[in-house]
Amino acid sequence: MKKLTEIRWHGRGGQGAKTASLLLADVAFSTGMYIQGFPEYGPERMGAPITAYNRLSDEPLRVHSNIYEPDFVAVVDETLLESVDVTAGLKPEGAIIINTKKDPKELLPLLKGYKGKIYTIDAAKVSLECIGKNIPNTPMLAAVVHASKVMDEKLFLENMRASFKHKFATKPEVVEGNMKALSMALEEVKVYEG
Amino acid sequence: MAINERLSGNEAVSFAIKQINPDVVAAYPITPSTEIPQFISQYIANGEMTTVYVPVESEHSSMSACIGSEAAGARSMTATSSCGLAYMFEMLYIAASNRLPITMAVVNRALSGPININNDHSDSMGARDAGWLQIYAENAQEAYDNFIQCVRIGEHKDVKLPVMACQDGFITSHAVERLELIETDKVKAFVGEYKPEKYLLNPDEILAVGPYDTPQYYMEHKKAQTEAMKNARKAIKEIAKEFEAMTGRKYDMLEEYRMDDAEYAVIIIGSSAGAGKEAVDELRNAGVKAGLIKVRVFRPFPDEELVAALKKVKGVAIMDKTDSFSAAGGPLGAEVKAAIYGKVDGITAANYIYGLGGRDVRVEHIKQVFEEIAELVKTGKAPETYKYLAIRE
Repeated sequence: MKKLTEIRWHGRGGQGAKTASLLLADVAFSTGMYIQGFPEYGPERMGAPITAYNRLSDEPLRVHSNIYEPDFVAVVDETLLESVDVTAGLKPEGAIIINTKKDPKELLPLLKGYKGKIYTIDAAKVSLECIGKNIPNTPMLAAVVHASKVMDEKLFLENMRASFKHKFATKPEVVEGNMKALSMALEEVKVYEG
Repeated sequence: MAINERLSGNEAVSFAIKQINPDVVAAYPITPSTEIPQFISQYIANGEMTTVYVPVESEHSSMSACIGSEAAGARSMTATSSCGLAYMFEMLYIAASNRLPITMAVVNRALSGPININNDHSDSMGARDAGWLQIYAENAQEAYDNFIQCVRIGEHKDVKLPVMACQDGFITSHAVERLELIETDKVKAFVGEYKPEKYLLNPDEILAVGPYDTPQYYMEHKKAQTEAMKNARKAIKEIAKEFEAMTGRKYDMLEEYRMDDAEYAVIIIGSSAGAGKEAVDELRNAGVKAGLIKVRVFRPFPDEELVAALKKVKGVAIMDKTDSFSAAGGPLGAEVKAAIYGKVDGITAANYIYGLGGRDVRVEHIKQVFEEIAELVKTGKAPETYKYLAIRE
């Protein structure tokens, strides 16, 4: 594992990009890593573009600034590809992970010549099938773990069960659906290696 | 065994308050400190704390309620940010001059205007002369550790002053980080029971709190207040030593990072110290003798420690996360320069205003500051009185 992995999330207010970054921090913590999960705060409203970040490392973290040269970028809402410079600073040896029905190759024209890997996942389909609602952040979380390899996928699933039980303490009935969404997303994520 | 956890700065401070279980919490919500009274209300509703929560209609009232309960003999706490702190301004002085050791979590946020919810130090720096101690945290761990120590420091028999435990709004208050918590029984034992020497609910000793003071005695009371602030230095160090014995984590008036043989130094407060340390390491790897001084305690001011740390330094940049609009720099700049005047020879001291209203502070920015002070030292040029860092021209 590389010492430090930096991830930038792009989503729209209400889609759970912030929650996804906090859940990723949570599960990485439970595997023994040092973690940061934080959103960029502003006057956000439902539907407005938002950014959230993760730093994951096996060493203590001390820089608290935003992330400008991420290893991975997660795009929770593909309409952002047209309005936000999502690949800004993204390392070519890293990857971008996009929630879309489209084939990774079809998105190339929107990625400003990004040279790294492109992962796609139809997070709407996965969450509708498994959770019964369009909650894209759970499948996106699995896709990000798959693409970034920040932790072993089996370990990820084991620890997520505990995280979900904690997060959904007042509505335990949704834990199974979310777990199913993670497993399905890990299988459905597609990659274009460029 | 210490408890490994992942919490935001606000969660960490709320957890410390839960562990301490004070007699009274009176608070009014304001971003980004709102979560603290929110979490505490939940703890109380769940029966996890026995604290009396006073829901008030403003920050002027929250501070007034804390003053009343603390004077009565009850350990009292609150939390606020930005305009909330400004709205307490009148009562801050009452708390300090009545020698009431209230502990307040300040989650630093810019004062309006233009209206802004993000971090800088304009709120607590605006209240720097109110007679409160001010201790600043770099991360969630320090926010937690400082808060626990602040209770002891304020209540120390030679101090008896209120304390602001400050952390950077959003940057640490809303970022989830890994940290070590202390077992609750150890926290309770460390803080101990609050036993005020004099208090209003003591039937054996009738007293008045906050009466009119005549010119014949007003100055003596102010002198007593300033002596208490001087005494705080010793108390802060003693309590830090005890805390270190319990946790292994070392605290002092300030933190020196790679200062032993440093030729160039940056003096900074709060969360940006992390980016500063990263910049120091990168510059050290490139052969530059860089170092960093993080001011942890701003009130009382660490003047002697700063003089000692800067003795061998050729150039220093003093970083202010607020502008005092003196047209001569920020408060940290002014106070550091006053502290070293006549005591540190031949040093080039530059003052920067940075990170206002949540402007992101990057490692590159601090490296730029080091480059600029090195250039000043090399050319022998005098620095500008103060300048804004990373500003659009």
